[in-house]
Amino acid sequence: MAATTRHRRATWVAYLPYLLPGLIAFGVVIGYPLATNVYYSLFRWKGGLAKMNWYGLGNYTDLLADDAFWVSFRNSLAMVVAMVVVPTLIGLVLAAVLFDYLGRRFGTRVAAVLRATYYLPQILPVAVAGVVWNWILNAQTGAINVILSSLGVVNPPDWLGNPALAMPSVMLVLIWVQIGYPVVIFMAALQRVDPELYEAAELDGADWINRFRAITLPQIKPETFVVTLTCTVAALKVFAPVYVLTRGGPEGSTLVPSYYSFLNFFDKSKVGYGAAVSTVLTVVIIVVAVVILSFQARSERRDREGR
Amino acid sequence: MAALKTVRAPKDVVGARHRRGVGRWVVLVLAGVFALAMLSPFVLMLLNAFKSPQDYSQNGPLSLPTEFYTKGLINFWNRTEFPLKLWNSIVISSVVAVLGSLLSLVTAYAIGIGRVKGRTALVAVFLVANMLPQEAIIYPLFTMANAVGLSNSPWSVIIIFTVIQSAFGIYLLSSVLSTFPTELLEAASLDGAGRFRILVSVVFPSMRPTLGVLMVFFFIWTWNEFFIPLVMLTTNATQTVPIALSSLQGDRLMDAPTTNAGALVSLLPALIFFLIFQRTLTRGVTAGAVK
Repeated sequence: MAATTRHRRATWVAYLPYLLPGLIAFGVVIGYPLATNVYYSLFRWKGGLAKMNWYGLGNYTDLLADDAFWVSFRNSLAMVVAMVVVPTLIGLVLAAVLFDYLGRRFGTRVAAVLRATYYLPQILPVAVAGVVWNWILNAQTGAINVILSSLGVVNPPDWLGNPALAMPSVMLVLIWVQIGYPVVIFMAALQRVDPELYEAAELDGADWINRFRAITLPQIKPETFVVTLTCTVAALKVFAPVYVLTRGGPEGSTLVPSYYSFLNFFDKSKVGYGAAVSTVLTVVIIVVAVVILSFQARSERRDREGR
Repeated sequence: MAALKTVRAPKDVVGARHRRGVGRWVVLVLAGVFALAMLSPFVLMLLNAFKSPQDYSQNGPLSLPTEFYTKGLINFWNRTEFPLKLWNSIVISSVVAVLGSLLSLVTAYAIGIGRVKGRTALVAVFLVANMLPQEAIIYPLFTMANAVGLSNSPWSVIIIFTVIQSAFGIYLLSSVLSTFPTELLEAASLDGAGRFRILVSVVFPSMRPTLGVLMVFFFIWTWNEFFIPLVMLTTNATQTVPIALSSLQGDRLMDAPTTNAGALVSLLPALIFFLIFQRTLTRGVTAGAVK
C-alpha cells in the first residue's frame, strides 16, 4: 500500500526534533573540539593569546623523529598486556572456576562473594587506587619496603623510582584494577549456558579442562570480544594511573601517549605538538577498534557457516 | 586434575570421591588466597589509616594500631576542605547522571522507536565519541569554556560529561528501544497520544529500570573521572574528591595515616553507592556486555 510507505517516511522525519538536542550537544562538545584539535596540530602555538604559526604537517614529521613519542607508544603495548591480555586470561579461568566448579560444589553464595571481592578494585576511583599504591610501593615509607626491611633486606628496591622496575610495578597495579571486569562479564555470560550441557559432558567423563575448552570458551566468545575491545581502548587511553603513580617517569620509562600529549599541552606549552600526539592516538584507537570489530564479524560469520 | 583420571577405575570409586572432596577444597583455598591478595591493599589501607606515624615506623604496616589515631584523617579533612570537595563531586555526578540519562532517552527515542534514517551510522558515531581519548578534545574545550565564561566552573564539566556518558547510554537504549513492543505504541497513538505524550507516559515508565542502571553507571563513572576535572577545575573551590586527593601527593606532610585516611574517605562514597545498587549494577554490566 502506497499510503503506508508515505506514512512511514513521514513518521521518521517527525522524530527528528528528538534527535536535535543530541546532535547539537555532540557537535559542540565532541565534533567541533575534535576538528579544532586537528587544526591546532598544524600550527606551532604556545597556547592562549600567543601567535599561531602555520607549520603544516611539521608537527607530525617531528613526531616521527621524537624518541619520547615512540617510547610512549611502545609503553602502550605494555599497557595492553597489563589491561587486556593478563586480566582476560586470568578472568577467563577465574570465571570458569567460580561458575562451573566452586559455584556448583559450594553453592552460588560462595561464588558471588568471591566475585564481589575480585570486582572491588573496579569501583574505587583510579586516582584513589593510584594514591594508595603509590604509598604501598614508596621506596622509603611504603608498606612493601617497610616489611622487606623488617625481614632483613638491606636495600629494598625502589619500585617506582627505578626505570627498570617502574613499568612492571605500574602494570601490576593495572592488572589488580582490571581483573574484576572480565570476571563479572564472563560469569554473567556463563549464566546463558544450559547447565545440562555441563552435566551431560561430566557424565560422559569430560574433565574440567575439557569442559572449559569445549563448552565454556565457545559459549562466551561474544563477551570475550566485548572485553577485548573495551579494555584495549581503555589501555590505549590510560592516563590517571600514570599521572598519579609515576608522572611518566623515571626517565620516561612509563610515558604513555595520553600523558605525553597532556605534558605538551599544559607543561611545555607546545599546544600544536600536543594536539598532533592526541590526533595520532585518536587514529590509532579507531584503527585498533575497527580491526577488533572486523575480527569479531569474521568470527561470527565463520561460526554461522560452521553450523 | 590429572590425579583424578588415574583413579577412575570402578573399584576405586570411594577413593575417587574422597580425592574429589580434597580437590575442591584445594581449589577453594586457591580462589580464597587470590581474593585475599586482591583485598590486601584495602586491608593495608584500613590498618594504617588510624595508626600514628611512630607506631607505623616501630611496628610496620601489618600490625594492628595500638591506639585509635585520628590526626591523619583530621589533617586530610582540613587540608583538602573535604566537605567542599565532597559536595562538588556529588553535585557534578548527580546532575550528569540525571541529564545524561535524559539526553540518552530522548536521542534513543528518535533512533530506536522513530527509526530515523541513517541510524546505524549515527550509533556508530556516538560509539566512536565514547572511544575518543579525552586529550583530543580537551584543549579546544578549555578554550571554549574560557570564551563563554565557564572557566573553572562545575557547569563546564557537567556539560562535557553529560555528552560523553550519554554516548554509551544512547548506544544501549537505542538497541533496547528498537525491540519495544509496537502494540503499545499503536494503542497509545490510537488513544490520541502524540509523540511527546508517548515518550513521557509510555516509553519512559517502561524504561525506568534501565534508566536506573544508566544513572548508577553515570554517577560512578563521573565520580571517578580524573583527566577532564583535573584540567577544567583549576582552583580549590571547584575541585572534585579524586583531584583533591591526588593534589596532596608529594607533599612532605603526607604521612602514611594521612594518605590512607584520605584514600579511605575518598573511596567511601563510591563504595556505599556500589553496595546500595549492587544488584542493579550487576544486571547493568550484563546488559552492556550482551548488547
